[in-house]
Amino acid sequence: MIASTQAETMPLIELTGVTKVYGTGQAAMQALAGIDLRIEEGDFVAIMGHSGSGKSTCLNILGCLDSPTSGSYRFRGVEVSQLTRDQRARLRRFYLGFVFQGYNLLKRTSAIENVELPLIYRRVPARQRHQIARQTLASVGLEGWESHNPNELSGGQQQRVAIARAIVTGPSVLMADEPTGNLDSARSLEIMELLSRLNREQGITIVMVTHEPDMAAYAKRIVHFKDGRIESDEPNGRAH
Amino acid sequence: MVWNTLLLALREIRRNVMRSFLTVLGIVIGVASVITMVTLGKGATQQVTTSIASMGSNLLMLSPGKRMGPGSAGFAPAFKIEDGEAIAREIGGIAMVVPVASRSTSAIYGHENWSTSVTGTTSTFLSLRNMRLGSGRSFSDSEARAGAAVCVIGQTVREKLFGGQDPLNNRIRLGALSFQVIGLLESKGQNSMGMDQDDIVLLPLRTFQRRISGNQDVSLIQVSVQDGVSTEKVQRDIRLLMRNCRRLAVGEDDNFNVMDTKEISKMLTGTTMMLTGLLGAVAAVSLLVGGIGIMNIMLVSVTERTQEVGTRLAIGALEREVLLQFLVEAVVLSSAGGMFGILLGLGASFALKNALMVPFVLDPKIVIIAFLFSAAVGVVFGYFPALKAARLDPIEALRHE
Repeated sequence: MIASTQAETMPLIELTGVTKVYGTGQAAMQALAGIDLRIEEGDFVAIMGHSGSGKSTCLNILGCLDSPTSGSYRFRGVEVSQLTRDQRARLRRFYLGFVFQGYNLLKRTSAIENVELPLIYRRVPARQRHQIARQTLASVGLEGWESHNPNELSGGQQQRVAIARAIVTGPSVLMADEPTGNLDSARSLEIMELLSRLNREQGITIVMVTHEPDMAAYAKRIVHFKDGRIESDEPNGRAH
Repeated sequence: MVWNTLLLALREIRRNVMRSFLTVLGIVIGVASVITMVTLGKGATQQVTTSIASMGSNLLMLSPGKRMGPGSAGFAPAFKIEDGEAIAREIGGIAMVVPVASRSTSAIYGHENWSTSVTGTTSTFLSLRNMRLGSGRSFSDSEARAGAAVCVIGQTVREKLFGGQDPLNNRIRLGALSFQVIGLLESKGQNSMGMDQDDIVLLPLRTFQRRISGNQDVSLIQVSVQDGVSTEKVQRDIRLLMRNCRRLAVGEDDNFNVMDTKEISKMLTGTTMMLTGLLGAVAAVSLLVGGIGIMNIMLVSVTERTQEVGTRLAIGALEREVLLQFLVEAVVLSSAGGMFGILLGLGASFALKNALMVPFVLDPKIVIIAFLFSAAVGVVFGYFPALKAARLDPIEALRHE
């Protein structure tokens, strides 16, 4: 799909003049009022802002869950802003991983089966799938918890399973939407350590939405949103 | 992928065994009733047609009563031996006249006891029914006239009473009296409706009337027409003769029936088939209701699993993969219900065959149709809920609690 020589020279993600308007006419609400954003391979970006600032909308567009109303979104140099639903699904399947605030694990489904789920959609054969999922679970520190269902795991452990599920396919970008929002501070720090380590050791690009400065502090770069625009975008001086 | 989808569907169903079972109960009942109705109906129809076909096409049957079949009402005098003799004497073109009277009685030999069907008739009964003697002989004319205490027995009766012994010239007891066994029929086995044709004891008609039934009645007269003679003409002649014999006034309805095999067959199967069709239609409606039940529960399931669908979509599931997932689940549910219903229906027909005295006729065609139909119910009624799931907005679905 994308030549490797190109990939090195162009940014992984490039938003240019992206707007998003919900509704039409009088009820129209502008969530994004023109965003320009470049994210390079290997970056760890924290998106911050108050609720209604457009940060979640931006993440949804970055995660190809939603299409921009106007503007350009180039993913590895390929314009993806006007893709169809199924094309976006394929893009998510092969290049993106998601971590949500509420973990979003399948109930009554063991940890390893949850982690295998993206591999099923990628048509990975069962044996291989099992092996990869097991390794990935171990890499997030959940060796021995493979057969436990989500309701038998703590919040922190559930989020680890969710992270394992997001990275099991070796995605280009990990999209994390308030990954520590449901966790106490000790667990939150553990999760952030894990994300930070994945970014550092495996080179996974991470885009994380958060409203907690302590969590954003783990990122290499912090982008502040306000009223649908980028208010500030600067490297994180005190990155861990 | 299909295999994974199937496994996933099975797991979803297992997760909610009770609900899944209640969901498909409508299908189970619907399919079971259709199968039972059709199987019993087929059995009844086959019973009638084979028993009539076995009589031959040039056969007429006289029975007392205003009309034959279900709902025959009103008193009608039985036939007598003389009626049969009159037909044989007065009407041309007739090959055989066989009066028949029968009753169920227990036959006893030594310590052995067997309940069988005892039939009083003439020796022409054997050629009319295509039965052959294995050993011994049939009744002589003098025995028939005199009402001698002799009998011809079928293979089943021999086996039950005599075991390996030769029954000829032994005496068996029927009711209070003993009869000498003079003949043994060749085995005919079961007929196609599962009735044992060898479970029979034949007596001369007069003997039967005097010693078993105690009256002069003949329940049935069978007449076979010579080849090349018009059955319709003979039928007409017999009817006129019988009206005479029974002294029916002009304008008075017949109090007997003369039917040829086609009429008998048509009348009996017609009723059975109409009833089968009607009950089958009612059962089919319950299948429809069962389908609506599946749709209802699938809709509930989609709503319950909205977040799961959102997660799957976010991970990269295509619309059609989500559609397939829910559709397969509905089809697995409904066809499992169908399979259960088929087993239940066949079991019920099998259990009812004795109570209703209808043979069990397994029709693979109807089993296959019922299965495919139940699967189709799953497709039709599962499609809308599945489409609803597939069309969910992933962002909304992810937020759904």
